[in-house]
Amino acid sequence: MNLPIERHEDGNILLTSAEWLVNEALARSIWPMTFGLACCAIEMMAAGAGRYDIARFGSEVFRPTPRQSDCMIVAGTVTMKMASRVKLLYEQMAEPKFVISMGSCANCGGPYWQHGYHVLKGVDRIVPVDVYIPGCPPRPEALLEGMELLRDIIRGKKPRQAVAARNA
Amino acid sequence: MESRELFLHGSRVPDAGPDGELMTLNMGPQHPSTHGVLRLELKTDGEEVAQVRPHIGYLHRCFEKHCEKLTPPQIVPYTDRMDYLAAMNNNLGFAIACERMMGLEVPEKVEYMRVIVAELNRIASHLIAIGTFGLDMGALTPYFYCFRDREMILDIFEEVCGARLLYNYIWVGGLSHDFQDDTDDKILRFCDHFDKRLDTELNPLLSFNKIFVKRTANVGVMTPEQAWSMGASGPSLRGSGVDFDLRRDDPYSVYDRFQWKVCVGEGLMGTVGDCWDRHWVKVLEMKESVKILRQAVAARPKDGDVKEKVPTRVKLPAGEIYCRTETPRGELGFYIVSSGGNQPERVKVRPPAFCNLSVIDEISRGALIGDVVAILGSLDIVLGEIDR
Amino acid sequence: MDFAALVQHLRAALPDAVLEEHPEAFSPWILVRREALGELALLLRDDPALDFNQLMCLSGAHAPSTDADRLWNVLHLFSVRHGHKLALKVVLDAADPACPSVAGVWATADWHEREAYDMVGITYTGHPDLRRILCPDDWQGHPLRKDYVAPATYNGMPLD
Repeated sequence: MNLPIERHEDGNILLTSAEWLVNEALARSIWPMTFGLACCAIEMMAAGAGRYDIARFGSEVFRPTPRQSDCMIVAGTVTMKMASRVKLLYEQMAEPKFVISMGSCANCGGPYWQHGYHVLKGVDRIVPVDVYIPGCPPRPEALLEGMELLRDIIRGKKPRQAVAARNA
Repeated sequence: MESRELFLHGSRVPDAGPDGELMTLNMGPQHPSTHGVLRLELKTDGEEVAQVRPHIGYLHRCFEKHCEKLTPPQIVPYTDRMDYLAAMNNNLGFAIACERMMGLEVPEKVEYMRVIVAELNRIASHLIAIGTFGLDMGALTPYFYCFRDREMILDIFEEVCGARLLYNYIWVGGLSHDFQDDTDDKILRFCDHFDKRLDTELNPLLSFNKIFVKRTANVGVMTPEQAWSMGASGPSLRGSGVDFDLRRDDPYSVYDRFQWKVCVGEGLMGTVGDCWDRHWVKVLEMKESVKILRQAVAARPKDGDVKEKVPTRVKLPAGEIYCRTETPRGELGFYIVSSGGNQPERVKVRPPAFCNLSVIDEISRGALIGDVVAILGSLDIVLGEIDR
Repeated sequence: MDFAALVQHLRAALPDAVLEEHPEAFSPWILVRREALGELALLLRDDPALDFNQLMCLSGAHAPSTDADRLWNVLHLFSVRHGHKLALKVVLDAADPACPSVAGVWATADWHEREAYDMVGITYTGHPDLRRILCPDDWQGHPLRKDYVAPATYNGMPLD
């Protein structure tokens, strides 16, 4: 494994950079915030349940409060009435924080893009998004893939290159 | 600390405390227990609730405006997204409304298959309702058991129509896909697996669990008069002892050909119409759905094309209709006004959870804040349907 | 009671409330005079022969191609004991969209009327708390009117 860790000549001491260590720790325990808005929330719940089990990737606890969470998974349609709350919750999260936009509605307004007078056409109009997961709703495996891309971002790798390397 | 009995409905509604003011506490719109984006404005005297004001509209996605710009086949996928836990039942309601207007009779095979998928979806929806209800009460384990069984149902749906949650399966005039060769066996195997689970796993774990009973019995009692007046329907209505189910009393499709029982709350653990009763009605309804499933699978005609009566163009004749079906949450009504054109003039949806939620103020008076969570969970709301 | 008997009973009890009857419709309905709605609602609920205890649905509609620029207030009623259904319609001018509220008769009308006000703009006189329910409180316009134009932004957020 090509990890940036050196072994000291004494044998029992490992040397690495703080940045790498912190990023690894963060990547292996991303705590999402329960922010299920609509149908995608049900697939997010299914991802948290027994069969898809997001806990084995470190996201055991879905924290309801933004103060204790790392990642805001915007799962569902953001409406005009809700948009200010989304922004507020994003601002209440502590750094380092990430946003995953899950599903068509959060990506771009989804099926409501044309006639939805009350729908925000994409959550990236109010918060910066790190990962977009397409689907209506995306399967739980797609959410797990999205979390994997987020891990790549955290580790400083460009997600497309990481995916290509994995598939090679 | 006084005994629980003092907090029965209406017995001690708090008024303003010694400083003449009630505290306003906001629950939501982002909250782990509000089952979606709902904001409950509670006015409390300490821990006891004097008034609950629900604020909805955080998921208003303009479904009715979309209906005015789309043709009926295009509207079907949007009906999925209203009550996303019971998408088949939504599709069914809309399809039946359009077919009644057009005077379209679907083949027998299609009717039986519709009942099969609708009942499977009813079980799936109740499983989520029960699992998340337990989760709100602090019981984490039943949630996983419920989702495990639900995944089996979603596997069947995925084989039939390709989707896990939002199906676009029941079209106006027929269905989008036929069953596979082994779907019937898979459904029967699920029925055999599930029948035992309720009595050996779910009920001892949750329904008869001492803590769960203490938190839900005698809490949020709704009388039959309140239920009828405020428009409650489905398990929330039947939990109050009212023997009324649209599948039997205002029948549609082929429900009148099966032997099954309407489940009514009897106050087994507390008072008739409390949260436990509403939960128990859902558990019993799942058993009845399994009965219907077995009968429907056995009686289903196997020959014929599911798309043979699907019209190439669905054009609703001029006129208006109100048509209602029984979804897992209650009475879903579609009021469709058509002027004979390609798109309907007006589609109004009467969602069951909209009326069920409006009861919460009356039945939460005098309860504790933790009881409001129990009451909300027992009413089983889905914000996608309330806000449309 | 079937539709014809219902209408006859209503015409006998309140002679000038029912303006038109439409038995041929998919859901038979009667056109009701606006001012008579309150009294008619009480009669429908309290008369033992009628006993409409459930207001299934109350809708607001703006249907200009069916009924030139008029607003509709449509009630669908059901009687559990007798098993009969009835639909009532009150037609209002868009310029004068006031209609009596039936929230005092069937409590479920409270939220339904708030939604009709929000979406179509019918103002219900006698409603305990008439304010928007689905759109935010500071939303402009009534979205389900056919001539509604959605705003370009809301509170600084783009809507297109």
